[in-house]
Amino acid sequence: MRFAVLLGMDLDPTPDDRGGPAQALLDIRDIKRHFPIKGGFFGGTVATVRAVDGVSFTIRKGETLGIVGESGCGKSTTARLLMRLMDPDVGSMIFDGEGVAENTQSGGIALKDYRRQVQMVFQDSYASLNPRLPIEDSIAFAPKVHGLPDREARERARELLAAVGLAPAQFARRYPHELSGGQRQRVNIARALALRPRLVILDEPVSALDKSVEAQVLNLLVDLKESFGLTYAFISHDLNVVQYISDRVLVMYLGKVVEMGPVDAIYDRPAHPYTQALLASRPSMDPGKRRMEPPLTGDPPNPVNPPSGCRFRTRCPFAEDVCAAIEPASADLGAGHQAACHMALPGSGHSKALQVAA
Amino acid sequence: MSALLQQDVPTKLAPAGEPLVRLRDLSVRFVSRDATMHAVNGVDLDLSAGEVLCILGESGSGKSVTMRALMKLLPKSAVVTGEIRVAGNDVQRMSENQLQEFRGSTVAMVFQEPMTALDPVYSVGRQIAETVQRHEGVSRAAGMARALELFELVQIPSAKRRLAAYPHELSGGLRQRAMIAVALACRPKLLLADEPTTALDATVQIQILLLLRKLQEDLGMGVVFVTHDLGVAGEIADRVAVMYAGRVVEEGPVSALMRSPLHPYAKGLLGATVHAGLRGHRLTTIPGAPPSLETLPAACSFAPRCAEAEPACLAAVPAERSPEPGRKARCIHVRVG
Repeated sequence: MRFAVLLGMDLDPTPDDRGGPAQALLDIRDIKRHFPIKGGFFGGTVATVRAVDGVSFTIRKGETLGIVGESGCGKSTTARLLMRLMDPDVGSMIFDGEGVAENTQSGGIALKDYRRQVQMVFQDSYASLNPRLPIEDSIAFAPKVHGLPDREARERARELLAAVGLAPAQFARRYPHELSGGQRQRVNIARALALRPRLVILDEPVSALDKSVEAQVLNLLVDLKESFGLTYAFISHDLNVVQYISDRVLVMYLGKVVEMGPVDAIYDRPAHPYTQALLASRPSMDPGKRRMEPPLTGDPPNPVNPPSGCRFRTRCPFAEDVCAAIEPASADLGAGHQAACHMALPGSGHSKALQVAA
Repeated sequence: MSALLQQDVPTKLAPAGEPLVRLRDLSVRFVSRDATMHAVNGVDLDLSAGEVLCILGESGSGKSVTMRALMKLLPKSAVVTGEIRVAGNDVQRMSENQLQEFRGSTVAMVFQEPMTALDPVYSVGRQIAETVQRHEGVSRAAGMARALELFELVQIPSAKRRLAAYPHELSGGLRQRAMIAVALACRPKLLLADEPTTALDATVQIQILLLLRKLQEDLGMGVVFVTHDLGVAGEIADRVAVMYAGRVVEEGPVSALMRSPLHPYAKGLLGATVHAGLRGHRLTTIPGAPPSLETLPAACSFAPRCAEAEPACLAAVPAERSPEPGRKARCIHVRVG
């Protein structure tokens, strides 16, 4: 609460709260985003990248939702859709009960208001700051756009710099190139908080940092979440970092959610063969327990022409005919743990699935 | 294992008793009009044939510069002093012609980003064949035959078809395998790998690490592997050298170093690495940031960030202390027993 008081914020951590704690902060329903590949003699569409292909999940108030997956799985496209840096082709997004970018007369929330409450931190700390603005001005920019007077916006920027551990007197007038990678990422976090958002989307925020700096930034994120009452969507390819910071985890593969659940369930009892392989691929840190065989062979396939049925079947050691024929529905494993695998679905026809009595 | 790869080639063996790599008091400075950067400040390292040494460090620790010095790949602005011997050659005194022979056939390198290290306008098969033709003076057909064997060696599926592919047509994992095939083309005795798995996905990274380890064992190469990732070092290294501000602060067998590091920096690095079981706990961090290397550090470079620092740490650069055979650390608090 320390910084919240400092910033003169309402003591209620979620002043904009509408639906109460039980209402999901963000409810994503079956969003899709495909990118056409143009080519050929007439410049027509020759193929489609199915980057995000029917994804549904919720982000609860006050939680950290970790999103993991390999390159091409659609996790960054998902982040951009959450931020509405691009619009989904189909599907809906409900933010605390209000449809995002829908008619405000009929209970929607305008994009400008949505973006005030949802902010984003990117992986590349240098590319995401304006090199010609002192960092104080970068942080004060959004509040000014949203109508805060210049002096107050600057004040807020300095308070936020202090909150992320950069002494304002020393750092406020510096330019991005005068900071180290860890310091720049702190500035990006301060900027994301400048509009007092409720949801912060963190897209690989520590992936470009050295290990000792990574730990500092992770500690900072945990502190800020507490003092500002934030909700995080944390996207990363680093399974250890996601395990450390998340309450719930969502695993993506080729544009689909393959498994979702509380962090302990995912890490202790992974149900989807892909999640199991991903977890087994982590280097062990213990030279006595070196792996002899890789858990998976080959690279993740290209999302241009994903396999039929279950998209993981081409690399899955348990694949059977049913996996190619039918796309698995999400099996409920209890306590919010879901896996989209025929082996987890009773009566799916897979030899390892529970048989359903006729 | 292909017969071709085990064929005897005229080898330049190191004199008996000399390790494959011997670095003594290696220093590298980058001198420009505005500033001098002391990137590497007195590194001593040995590597035996058939051994895997991981150089572990954060950005700016001098790990990649040390590795490039082994192949004399540093730019003209670098002032290199000290002794660099690889397979009996004094690398510092080699002429450009000798270096061309030396690079590829004695020592080869795998880079982090295969897309920028491979030539985009030639097929990968052609690039391997060219290397073989250049070094061994064989025909193009023989070069291509060898390229095919190498592709099978690095476990590229449908190798024959993939030889004709251009780098952009391959996936990240296959591209890195092709890069390893280029490096192995002339059976080097020493393979240098500069963060070869950092840009890869988790499920692909473990495949490449296992492949490198298998190739190293089968071909009996010495490997110097630069990484910032402790987990990667744990999977592949025999010995680890931890670098900080241009010096090796700790060196030892991988299991001992991972279990009980001696130097406070190595301890901090292990503590700051996020792993299972830390959930809900605060991460230990190393306060502050690495020093600027514009002045040559005259004391322990880690002292300003070290919780155990005392005045004696600032008096001089700590000498290497060895508490047990095979382990060394540059810290005055290490007990020599």
